[in-house]
Formats: sequence, C-alpha cells, structure tokens
Amino acid sequence: MASKYLTGVGSESKQLATWYFTFAAILFGAQLLFGLVAAIQYVMPGFLYGVLDFSIARIIHINALVVWMVFAMFGSVYWLLPDETGIETVGIKIGKLLFWIFAAAIVVVVLVYLFIQVGPADATTIWFITEGREYIEAPRWADWGIVVVALGFVGNLFLTGMKGEQTGIVTVLMADMIAFAGLYLAGMFFTDNISVDQYWWWWVIHLWVEATWEVFVGAIAAYGLITMIGAHRKVVEMWLWIEVAMLFGSGILGLGHHYFWIGTPEYWWEIGALFSALEPLPLVAMFIHVLYDWGKTQGGEEARGNNVSVINNKPAFTWFVLNAFGNFLGAGIWGFFHTLPQVNLYTHGTQFTSAHGHLAFFGAYATILVGMMYIAVQGTNGIKIMKNTKASIWAVSLIVSGVVGMTVALTIAGYVQVLVSRAQMGATWAGYFDGQSGMWFSQAMDWRLIMGVVTFTGFIFLAKDLLTTGKNPVHER
Amino acid sequence: MANKSVWSDNRFWRRTATWVTGFASVLLIWLTFDTSAQIAMGNDQDLQNKVTKRVPGPTVINYKITYEMSAKRGHEIPVIGEKEKFFGRDDYSEEEAGALLHLGKLGSQAKNCMDCHTLLGNGAYYAPDLTKAWLDPAWGPDGAMQALTGKNTKEEAMAEFLMHPDQYPTHARMMPDLGITAKEAKGLVAFLKHMSSIDTNGFPRNFGKIKGAVHGK
Repeated sequence: MASKYLTGVGSESKQLATWYFTFAAILFGAQLLFGLVAAIQYVMPGFLYGVLDFSIARIIHINALVVWMVFAMFGSVYWLLPDETGIETVGIKIGKLLFWIFAAAIVVVVLVYLFIQVGPADATTIWFITEGREYIEAPRWADWGIVVVALGFVGNLFLTGMKGEQTGIVTVLMADMIAFAGLYLAGMFFTDNISVDQYWWWWVIHLWVEATWEVFVGAIAAYGLITMIGAHRKVVEMWLWIEVAMLFGSGILGLGHHYFWIGTPEYWWEIGALFSALEPLPLVAMFIHVLYDWGKTQGGEEARGNNVSVINNKPAFTWFVLNAFGNFLGAGIWGFFHTLPQVNLYTHGTQFTSAHGHLAFFGAYATILVGMMYIAVQGTNGIKIMKNTKASIWAVSLIVSGVVGMTVALTIAGYVQVLVSRAQMGATWAGYFDGQSGMWFSQAMDWRLIMGVVTFTGFIFLAKDLLTTGKNPVHER
Repeated sequence: MANKSVWSDNRFWRRTATWVTGFASVLLIWLTFDTSAQIAMGNDQDLQNKVTKRVPGPTVINYKITYEMSAKRGHEIPVIGEKEKFFGRDDYSEEEAGALLHLGKLGSQAKNCMDCHTLLGNGAYYAPDLTKAWLDPAWGPDGAMQALTGKNTKEEAMAEFLMHPDQYPTHARMMPDLGITAKEAKGLVAFLKHMSSIDTNGFPRNFGKIKGAVHGK
C-alpha cells in the first residue's frame, strides 16, 4: 500500500538510522541488565556491595535508558527524513561522524561510572566523573559533547526539512527537536542552592519526558500510521497538530507538579495540579487516534470486499498499538494517581514514582521505538509485508507481562511505603526502614525481581528477532 | 473552501498548536522570574533581622532549626531559632559558611547521593529521604546514632557515620564507604543542615512528630 515509503535500501540516511538503532538496542540490553542488578540488591542487599553498589547500578540503569531512547529517536528521524522530505538527508557525512563520536563518548562515560564511580568533592569530579544529578549524571565534558552532537543532528534535520518537501510531520519534528536539544542546556550548571538546582533540573527532565518527547511520539505515530496501514496523511497530520496543542498546552505548565516540595512557592500547587491533571487527555486522544485510524482504514478495505489486513508490518504495528495503550496507562493513569498535591505529599519520593516511571517510559517510549526498529528491519530487507514470528510474539508477550508485573509490584511497594513510612511514621529514618522491612514491601520486591527476569528474557527474544527476522522467508517480498 | 469547516482545517490546528505552546511558554517564563526571586538564597543580614527566606543563607548553620506546625499555612514550616553550636562554633562568617555549603553540595553530587537517597523527595528510593535528615530524631540526644558512633553531638555523629558508614549498619541495606574525608563530611553535614531549613511547603508531612510511632519512642 504505502510502498514508496519502504525504499530502505540505498539511502545513506536510513543506513545511519540502522546504526543508531543497533547501538540503541545494545544499550537497551545494558539498561535491563543493570536494572536486574539493582533489583537483586533490594532482595539481597549484600549483592556486589562495595563493588558495584546500588547507586552505580542505578545510574547505568537510568542513563542507559535515556541514552538508548535518544539514540533510537535520532535513528527514527534519520529513518523517516528521506520518506517525508523526498530527498537524501543533507549533511549525512557529518551525521555519520557524529554518531561515532556520540557512541564513543557513551562508552567512555559508562566505563568511568563502572570503574571510578565517585570522586572528591571538587569541580574535577563534576567535569570528569559524575555530575551526580539523577538521569543526567554524565560529567560536564560529555554534556558539551552531547550539545555538539545534538546541534549537528538538529542542523541536519533543519537543512533537510527546508530543502526538501516540508510535511506536517517534519515541521513538528523540527520545532520539537530544537526545543529538545535546547532544554539540555538548562541542566549544565552548578549551584549551591539545591532549590534552584532542582528547579532547572526539572526543565530538562520534565520538559523532555512530558512535553518534547511526547510530541516526538505523536509525530512518529503519525509516520507509522501512514507507512504501515496507509492512513490518510491529512487526517493524521490534523490529529498531530491537535495532539501538539494538547501536549504542550498541558505538559509545559504541568511542570508545576514537580515544584510542590522543592522550596518553590505554593502557587505551584494549583498550577501543577490543574495542568498535570490535563496531561492524560492528549494521551487519550493519541490512543483513540491510532485505533480509530486502524479501524477506519481496515473497515474501508473490507467495505470494498478486501478481507486482508491493511497492516504491512505486523510486529511494528503491534508495538505501535502497545504504545497507544502504554502511553495512556503508564504516563496517563499511573501519573494521574499521584499528581495532585494532596496525594503527592505522601507519595512523592516513594516506589509509587518508580512504578509510574517503569510503565511510563516503557509504554510511552520503549514501545514505539522498538516499533521503529522493526520498520527499519522491514525497510532494509525490502520486505513488502512483514509478519510476526514466534520470537517476535514471545518478545512482546514476555516484555509486556514483565513490565506490567514490575509496575504492579512497585505500586504495592509504594502503597506500603506511603502508609507505613509516610502517613504512619512521619518519614523519618526509622520510619523508612520499618516500611522497607514490611512483609508486603519485601514480597513486592521479590516479585519485581521475578518480573524483571521475565522482561530480560523477553529482551533476548527481541534481540534475536531483530537480528534474524529480516532474512526469514515467511515475509512477503 | 467555502463550505469546508474550520474544525477540519490543518492550518487552523497548526495555528492553535502554535498559540497554545507560545502562551504556555510565556506563562512559564514569567512564573520562572517570580519563583527565581523567591528561591534565591538569603544572606546573614536576613537571618539577623529575622527576615524569612524560602532558602535561607548558609549562615543558618549558626542557628537552631526546628520544624513546626504553622496554623496559618496549615502545615509544618522550618523555624530558625536561637544560636546553636555547629562543630563547636556558632559564629561562622558568611564566607566560611558559604564555603562549607559549597563543599557539601559538591560532595552530594560527587558521591552520587541522589542515586540511593532522595533529596527534597527527588532521587532514588533505596535509602531514606534526606530533606529533613538534620531534624531526624535518630541523630538527636535520645536517638540511637550518637551512642552508636560514640559522639556527643548530632553533627559529629553524622560526620562520623558519613566517613565510615559500613561500620555502623542500621539495616541489612548498608551505605557503602564512599571515601568521604573529614572535611567533606563536615561540608555534607552543613549542606544537610541548610537543606532542613528550606521551606518545602510541609514536605515531608509530620516529620519526626509522631510520638510512639517508631517502636514506642
């Protein structure tokens, strides 16, 4: 149907995209592996104590998460640019060089995390070992490297968008990616005032994850609907603009829900509560849109008497539909649970946040980016209709059950913490450990570990499938 | 075009998206100016004149800090009281206290504190929240930590624990030895004392106030 979009062979931009996807998948594996280490440490505190402590395992767990997603996002853009603009990406040589710089820098940063871990309390540690700020621990030298790489990426996107055809999807991506890159600068300074520190730190974390990244997902979902089921571009792009309005309209001031307790004024209670309560709405809209377009296109075909599926890439579309569900459930519902200040006073800084984080990052981002990887496998192998394989079904089933299982376990652990450590015991050191020692809490942590293993097993199937399915004779070529 | 509805017009929605985004961004920037002024760190003059700042100056370490219910605001707020010795002194100058706070804040980042603990509720959940750690009864005269570390004051007990956390296990989940020096430990305790004086709008609720909740203490 949308075969003109499947000319993956011969485009340098698409080749670069596959490099980004490959490195992203490797980091995804690393993320899960170090997540397992951290999960084991909750159950067996002595595990790797003094060698690879929880803090280090967690840094790699969350940094690998952020970086693999950024890599897969860059890859997705390099993949879709030739399709959307009708030309080869401008500055692709620089793009390829920047890829290697980026990848090499990541490897160095991880090795330093692993083997040096901490430093003395002075500026050299901040510059060369760790900045110690959650999610963006990367030392300052790497920050500047990331800025250079991001500028090159945004430059390529703009030059290509302005030279070739500028579709609605490309326009949204251009505006979104420049905001995404620019926001990183807000996390690159040191201050003694921890309230000021956290104020700007949230500009990076929140305005990425709950604004610019979500808009990115909207644009990718739009691209996927057009390429995979042949949805009508005008309808898709109209919805995309509505989503942008709703996402930025709620997400930008939804930032206020992080400003309840960090020293910032009380008016953020109202602003944060109001706008973050609206944040699930665009996610509902995105969910409806994906399923509506699917039903509409399929129904149209059936009305014409064609009883075949309109989907030309089953595994990718599965991940895209999971994204529609997961984004709404993980980011929307699990976020809404604890976004009002009256509730957040007790849930802030508990496993509740962790439960939300796991399902939201998976549902909103991991799913759609894995979907893009499958689109790349289809394109580079010249497959007309790509089918599910045993491995792709095992991968989806195990990863989804694993992540949902972890989320439920962490939610229960969060409840224990809220009730015992916070409400009953007033959040002291002793109260904290009383909550952690509770039977419900420790059983939840056992289940989290088991579900983490399930997730990791699913990842092995996913890696196997991504590596082998391209040559599988079951697909229609 | 004449009989086409504006509601299905892509240009209309593109403009809506642009205006909504622009409006939200301008509002955020405006609020940022107001908030930045309110969370700017105070100075020694403010403390001497009893001017309440959301984030007091570093010399707050010269004073006793408590966390009291405010009837007006409906939640607890930090109250800065009379002078209190901190490592034997209550006359740290603005420069000395500022240097200690600077060292402590740097240390909190250099040792990745936030990847086990939460500070102001943000970070990891593997270890206790440190927002009001300075006010935790565990470190006070009736708490366990002074006796455990063999120290007579809260700040000395905290510093000793930070330097040798593996020698004072309070739970199966132990803090690792992060190579914290005596100087760094002093800075970190100053940082923690300063953080406890920040007005966090009543977070954490009921901190250390529930008598009898923790093993009848």
